[in-house]
Amino acid sequence: MTAIQLWTLIFVVASFATYIGIAWRSRVKETGGFYVASQGVPTVANGAAVAADWMSAASFISMAGLIAFLGYDGAIYLMGWTGGYVLLALLLAPYLRKWGKYTVPEFVGDRFSETVRTISAGAAIIVSFTYVVGQMRGGGIVFSRFLDLSIEGGVLVAAAIIFTYAVLGGMKGITYTQVAQYTVLIIAYLIPAAAIAQIFTGVPIPQVTFGQVLGELNQLSIEFGLESYTEPFTARPQLDVFLVVLSLMVGTAGLPHVIIRFYTTRTVRGARYSAFWALFFIALLYTAAPAVGAFAKYNILDGVGGQAPDELPTWVESWEGTGLIEVDEGADTVESISNDPADEPDLFVDNDILVLANPEIAGLPAPVVGLVAAGGMAAAMSTAAGLLLVISSSVSHDFYFRRIKRGEASEREKLLVGRIAMAGAVLISILGGINPPAFVAQVVAFAFGLAAASFFPAIVMGIFWKRCNAQGAAAGMLAGLAFTIAYMLYTLEVFGLQANPHVLGVSPEGIGAIGALVNFVVAIIVSKRTAPPSAELMRMVDGIRYPAERRRTPTRSSG
Amino acid sequence: MDESDRSDGDGGHGAPVADDPPEPEPDEAEGWQQEYWRRNLRLMVVLLAIWALVSYVFGILLVEPLNNIEILDFPLGFWFAQQGSIYTFVVLILVYCLRMDRLDDEFGVSERDEEGNRR
Repeated sequence: MTAIQLWTLIFVVASFATYIGIAWRSRVKETGGFYVASQGVPTVANGAAVAADWMSAASFISMAGLIAFLGYDGAIYLMGWTGGYVLLALLLAPYLRKWGKYTVPEFVGDRFSETVRTISAGAAIIVSFTYVVGQMRGGGIVFSRFLDLSIEGGVLVAAAIIFTYAVLGGMKGITYTQVAQYTVLIIAYLIPAAAIAQIFTGVPIPQVTFGQVLGELNQLSIEFGLESYTEPFTARPQLDVFLVVLSLMVGTAGLPHVIIRFYTTRTVRGARYSAFWALFFIALLYTAAPAVGAFAKYNILDGVGGQAPDELPTWVESWEGTGLIEVDEGADTVESISNDPADEPDLFVDNDILVLANPEIAGLPAPVVGLVAAGGMAAAMSTAAGLLLVISSSVSHDFYFRRIKRGEASEREKLLVGRIAMAGAVLISILGGINPPAFVAQVVAFAFGLAAASFFPAIVMGIFWKRCNAQGAAAGMLAGLAFTIAYMLYTLEVFGLQANPHVLGVSPEGIGAIGALVNFVVAIIVSKRTAPPSAELMRMVDGIRYPAERRRTPTRSSG
Repeated sequence: MDESDRSDGDGGHGAPVADDPPEPEPDEAEGWQQEYWRRNLRLMVVLLAIWALVSYVFGILLVEPLNNIEILDFPLGFWFAQQGSIYTFVVLILVYCLRMDRLDDEFGVSERDEEGNRR
């Protein structure tokens, strides 16, 4: 066992023991605790939990690598995934908290109709499944690299641990476990980032100093036949960058596993501040990611360029076993680098290894490498647990009890069905993680497009437009979904269909923004042409606009 | 940002708000509700305008001209796209929380326990 493997084992085992310990201590027996942690989670803790829940294996492991290869265009992830929180905080979180139900489908079910509830429960399950499969895969990769397990073995270990604490603890266990996971993942991300910034620039604050390498990085990139790093629109046309950012923002604000977290606060005010703390904690990682990407790209170009294949640095060799780095042995010296094997570069580097390999690339000590592995696991686990909770609550709450049992069930039965649904979800996601569908990247596009085109418009109109009725919401959601799915099927090679060229340069990742627009327009037209909602419902909508139940003497603002 | 927003905002936090609405009679309840909602919406629109400005306008539409300006070695358009917009988003949500606290207090709809402390 190498020093790196030993340290990885120590960090992963120690952090997991902590998570399971927390889950065990805060295990719950009643439904309120299982789904919304009895609405007693402090705001800062809830913010950290949202951050851990939201930042998945994709944010931790893949994003910096993607940015390294995309340059400016990597901003679609940075702006898209953080900008959605502004929409969430201003348009959704406080009002959904005031409404005070367990799930997103429950809100639209109360506000509109049972049909709308069923449509959105189905969409919530599809969106969450596409994510959870990716998390299982991410956990499997980390284990297989650092602990010498097969990918299958890695996925099984990851699934067993997730299942244990998600089922035991429910939302309360998950909340405090996620706080611990946020702590682990942010430390694991920032320590190597700061160390690398210190080596490059003498200042350990990567966010501020990575500008210093951009000039040289642009030159190096051009020498390697790549696009200049800071040049915009090299990977996507401007219109598409615009639409992808919009889709990711609207999709983020519509994701059920993120929205559900704002039900766990004690007050409406707590929901607002939770959104602030969540984005604050997320921004710590998201502002460091472009720096990590730039430094890593510089290190790779500078470290391997012009070297003979057998003289490359040791990190290349240690990652070759995973198949995520490939050297063309036929080349005299390395003159081209790409993240796409189809380019037939002298050196192929997969996006997903950059963050995990970065400490090795920069020559940092073995414990740091182990810490990063534990951080990657924390990111994958926390998100998977949150997603499983959404799947379980949608199945048991919105389908089983509303549609089949019609509301007649004891607390015990509800919890049992929730746990069985979760176990089923874990089993299916293990299969997905071991045999990922061939189009994982496209599936993520599906998830965001679906969330953007379905939930977000329905919830926003439910809150801000009293006149919106059930017929309008149902027609809008169906039209938005149908339009988005149709365009994705048209442009992507899925289900044996031929991929067609993008219309006006709009990629399938960006179509969700237009799908959301379709949803709004159809909902407005249909609502206007049908009867308005009942006066009682309109009063309920009025009610969610004001935080307190009853009015008290207005006080001065100093409090 | 509109004028009335500036006048009672940003700088002058110490001063108590002078124009608290009087305690309403039950039959004029509609009035304060509309006023509260109108001010909530106005704050929202201002913040969303800034949100769109830093991300879509500075980060995407004007990125090329802005890249000709360099600050601390960062081309400005690139900086807005990869750093500046994120910092702005965090500040926008904080401003929203603080202003809504004040609005809630002004209209007496903040959530308080029996002793009148914030919950």
